Amino acid sequence: MWRLMPLLAVLALAGCGDPSISAIDPQGPVASEQFFLMKLSLAVMIFVFAVVMIIYIYVLVRYRKKKGQDQIPKQVEGNHVLEIIWTVIPILLLIVIAVPTIKYTFEHSKDLREEEGVVHIKVTAHQFWWQFEYPDNNINTAQDMYIPVGKRVALELTSSDVKHSFWVPALAGKIDTNPGMSNIMHLQADKPGIYRGKCAELCGASHSLMDFKVVAVSEAEYNQWVEGKKTPAKVTADTAKGEQVFKDNCLSCHAVGGEGAGLGPNLNGFANRTEVAGVLPHDAASVKKWIQDPQAQKPGTKMPKVNLNEDQVDQLVKYLETLK
Amino acid sequence: MANVHDMGTLPAEPEKATLEGKNKILGFWLFLGGEMVLFGTLFASFIALRNSVPEGPTGDQIFKLGMVAVATFILLTSSLTSVMAMMAMHRQQVKKMLTWLWVTVVLGLAFLGLEIYEFVEYVHEGHTFTSSAFGTSFYTLVGFHGAHVAFGVCWIALLCIQGMKKGLTVVTAPKFYVASLYWHFIDVVWVFIFSVVYLLGKAG
Amino acid sequence: MAHSHAVKRYSGLMDWLTTVDHKKIGILYFLAGGIFFLIGGLEALLIRIQLMFPDNQIFIGGTYNQILTMHGTTMIFLAAMPLLFGFMNAIVPLQIGARDVAFPFLNSLGFWLFVFGGLLLNLSWFLGGAPDAGWTAYAPLSSDTSLRGVDFYAMGLQIAGLGTLIGGINFLVTIINMRAPGMTFMRMPMFTWTSFVTSVLILFAFPAVTVGLVELTFDRLFDGNFFNVSKGGNEVLWEHIFWIFGHPEVYILILPAFGIISEVVSTFSRKRLFGYSSMVFATLLIGFLSFMVWVHHMFTTGLGPVANGIFAVATMAIAVPTGIKIFNWLFTMWGGQIIFNSSNLWAIAFIPTFVMGGMTGVMLAVPPADFQYHDSYFVVAHFHYVIVGGLIFGIFSGFYYWWPKMFGRMLHEGLGQLNFWTFMIGFHLTFFPQHFLGLMGMPRRVFTYETGVQLEMGNMASSIGAFLMGIGTIAFVLNIIITALKPKNAPADPWDGRSLEWSIPSPAPEYNFKQTPLVRGLDAFWKEKRAGNKEMTPAEPIGSIHMPSPTILPFFMSVGLFIAGFGFMYAKYDFENGLLATLFGNHIIAIIGLVITFLCMFLRSVYDDHGWHIEPEELEDKGVKA
Repeated sequence: MWRLMPLLAVLALAGCGDPSISAIDPQGPVASEQFFLMKLSLAVMIFVFAVVMIIYIYVLVRYRKKKGQDQIPKQVEGNHVLEIIWTVIPILLLIVIAVPTIKYTFEHSKDLREEEGVVHIKVTAHQFWWQFEYPDNNINTAQDMYIPVGKRVALELTSSDVKHSFWVPALAGKIDTNPGMSNIMHLQADKPGIYRGKCAELCGASHSLMDFKVVAVSEAEYNQWVEGKKTPAKVTADTAKGEQVFKDNCLSCHAVGGEGAGLGPNLNGFANRTEVAGVLPHDAASVKKWIQDPQAQKPGTKMPKVNLNEDQVDQLVKYLETLK
Repeated sequence: MANVHDMGTLPAEPEKATLEGKNKILGFWLFLGGEMVLFGTLFASFIALRNSVPEGPTGDQIFKLGMVAVATFILLTSSLTSVMAMMAMHRQQVKKMLTWLWVTVVLGLAFLGLEIYEFVEYVHEGHTFTSSAFGTSFYTLVGFHGAHVAFGVCWIALLCIQGMKKGLTVVTAPKFYVASLYWHFIDVVWVFIFSVVYLLGKAG
Repeated sequence: MAHSHAVKRYSGLMDWLTTVDHKKIGILYFLAGGIFFLIGGLEALLIRIQLMFPDNQIFIGGTYNQILTMHGTTMIFLAAMPLLFGFMNAIVPLQIGARDVAFPFLNSLGFWLFVFGGLLLNLSWFLGGAPDAGWTAYAPLSSDTSLRGVDFYAMGLQIAGLGTLIGGINFLVTIINMRAPGMTFMRMPMFTWTSFVTSVLILFAFPAVTVGLVELTFDRLFDGNFFNVSKGGNEVLWEHIFWIFGHPEVYILILPAFGIISEVVSTFSRKRLFGYSSMVFATLLIGFLSFMVWVHHMFTTGLGPVANGIFAVATMAIAVPTGIKIFNWLFTMWGGQIIFNSSNLWAIAFIPTFVMGGMTGVMLAVPPADFQYHDSYFVVAHFHYVIVGGLIFGIFSGFYYWWPKMFGRMLHEGLGQLNFWTFMIGFHLTFFPQHFLGLMGMPRRVFTYETGVQLEMGNMASSIGAFLMGIGTIAFVLNIIITALKPKNAPADPWDGRSLEWSIPSPAPEYNFKQTPLVRGLDAFWKEKRAGNKEMTPAEPIGSIHMPSPTILPFFMSVGLFIAGFGFMYAKYDFENGLLATLFGNHIIAIIGLVITFLCMFLRSVYDDHGWHIEPEELEDKGVKA
């Protein structure tokens, strides 16, 4: 049964997993090219596997010891022709894989930051959240990375503490964020949608929960989003109390304006974020749950449990939900 | 074979007369191969970090080539004296061999003294183990070598005492031989340290 | 001349603590490695219990990281390596017709260093938490001193690694210098060859990790800056050092398994190994290339397309010699008379499993595709296919094959079949779905996964498979126990064997060979049997046999380093007890430990070991008994 599994593998590869996160259901050109390389190498390998299995099964059936067989089998030293064949053919097969490999290795490591019409984003990984800066627009945000559909996005990535790895399976393979150094990569989404991002390098207790989203929107919506970042949130009488709580307790780490970064994520646009802290569904109850005990939601997070009473937390949540 | 040591005279190359002796020498050569990788990795780390000096002095500012050259000369000489000891051993002149080995030990001690003096100087000038990545990798690489010299000095001294008690036999001969191999190896490593750490550090 | 030195001969526990007999040390390696294998397996089950359902809350956060780190570290360093060392110890000297290894004392030292290193590492569970930075311990996560677990990792592996290095040198010298007359290099059995190349890899790979661990220790305990970015350190340096060691390490593990498979396939097909010379050549080539490919573990580190491209091609090249081996095994069976007993079943299952692991290996060598695979469950599936499906299958095969030679008892065939089928099916059920989990976006080393993206089924299957593997392992343990309760029943040559170990009684006597055999070709014993001889032709008359004395020094040397390890780790610890604070804070404990070790070295140097002799009369007695 398990010998047939490679066959199942090919079948399964054709559209498996959820399009928001699957590397084998690519949603952009970079991921598609990488998927092509996977299919190519898998096809060559399955050919090799098939050859091995045919010989293997034939040998096991044909040459098992039968009753009354007591003459000694012929002791064969080797066979030069055969040995040359199974040395040369694999080399040829590997060349088939190696040529496109080299081509895409160079293409996918290209530095597109200075190219015309490319969106440039600086990514900084923190334990356990993601910071996104748009240097061309002076925007600093976190957790949700907005990109316009159909445009190349050039990323420059680093880390503020330990090593992390930036991975959006549906759009492109990963690259590490190294403290003290920066890496580059690029990706592109062909369709609007929300793509799930993961941290792929063990980075501490909440490595598993260090999720983010890539929000791909039409160019018009993207421009709207950029403009929106420049106008500060309006504080109404309703939320003034909450703002005060925020200023007294949170502002030392969290900025709320379009620019600037603190120890924690910049909270501008918080109300629009798809999830709270990357792990909880976004609703008032979750925000409250998070503020009241961050450690319980994300072990090892640097966000402390702030001493607030029930009322203050409700005010704060109300205020936060206005940060569009 | 194992009983050759009961016989009166020694063969020409006493260190290789028994299987145990041959094993010991081959094993030691292999061990030195491993040591080569060990120091190679230390060198690689040092080369990667030698210009990483966000704070604290750089090598160019502190290295004193004169003193290091003297240390180098001392250590190279000690390698020569250990060769003399091996030549004496092959001529079965135990006393001469031991004398040359003691000279080697003394030269090794002199080298260590200079190195400790040098380190103390550096620390005073702010070049410490924790001052920068350069500092850490410098003290680790040179310190590892220094620890090897210190171990070698103790080892050869112990062997000299054994040599005085037991004389030269097919059991002791391989010990002297591998100790001298070890000493040469330390010497070669130092030549690399002198060029890579000090000369390159001074020249840029 | 043949004066018997009065030598103390111990019995019971003391015998095992002081033994320098390579066969007994081999058994000790099996015992210790086996226990660590069970511990590592238990950790694997805990991982699979946590991942059985999404959002499980059993082992999360730091606890989960400790379990996964200890699972990997234990399995690689404390289970797989020692089990292979067990085989190398028990079998290599017999295969080359030697009475002993080159350095019996060092052999024992290597074993005890491994035991105490492993013990130190595992004590972390009870002393504030195990290491939690993964078995790869990437800095700066691993140089963060807020948790102390990684100290145990650095110290424990340092001590165990020293033991491994010593073992490697010992086998190299043994194989080079102590082969029986006529046993040329090109007549050595394949397992000896692979052990030889593995030892070379150990010799040149382990010092690199020694330095890496020293640097990690210095950063953690003495405020060094190797990986401290703010003081100019560089974390990528750790990755390079770790993988320059780490990749050869993978081949250190798999090569001896290749050797075992070669022996087993050949014996149970009743044919000589097809293409012996090309097998040797392929082994050497794999060993050589293993040092040239470490960057394929770092494609996503950002070293640039040139480095990635070069290492991609170098990595693919390894597929060629590996392929040669696969085809050689297939054609060894071609035309043979294949016997399907538990030993050979493992070897036969090994072939397709390993080919699958190799397939994903080539796929992983493609850097842009690796950007997707890297650090996902696809990689987890890949390396378990090569390490479990390759190495562990090989080890099980070797157990069934050489158990009679080592213990004088045949393992039970029925339980063997149960062990094989449950473990093998469980293995594929566990790891095959993980390929897809990775491709569907599940990173490795996570304690949870989201619902609704089709990850549930694969994880469930994987967990069920893990339990099946557990059942298979229990069947094997039962098999050992049941077998041990029965009287010794193994004939000298139960399998119609081909190499020298089958020419002597089972279990092998203390001195291995009454008379050193004369080797007249590859498959020396098979050749003699076909020529109508019942025994090997001796190369020497019967005489007194020189044996090394048992000694407790290696044990104490290791204890010394064990104590010193604790001394260093706890030097900065806040003890409430003033005495402890003084002892540790001033490195007194560390110094005491080192003094114990150096004192033992001193004693070893000063007091010559003259050994003892087994006289011809005694040989005759034993010959009858066996």
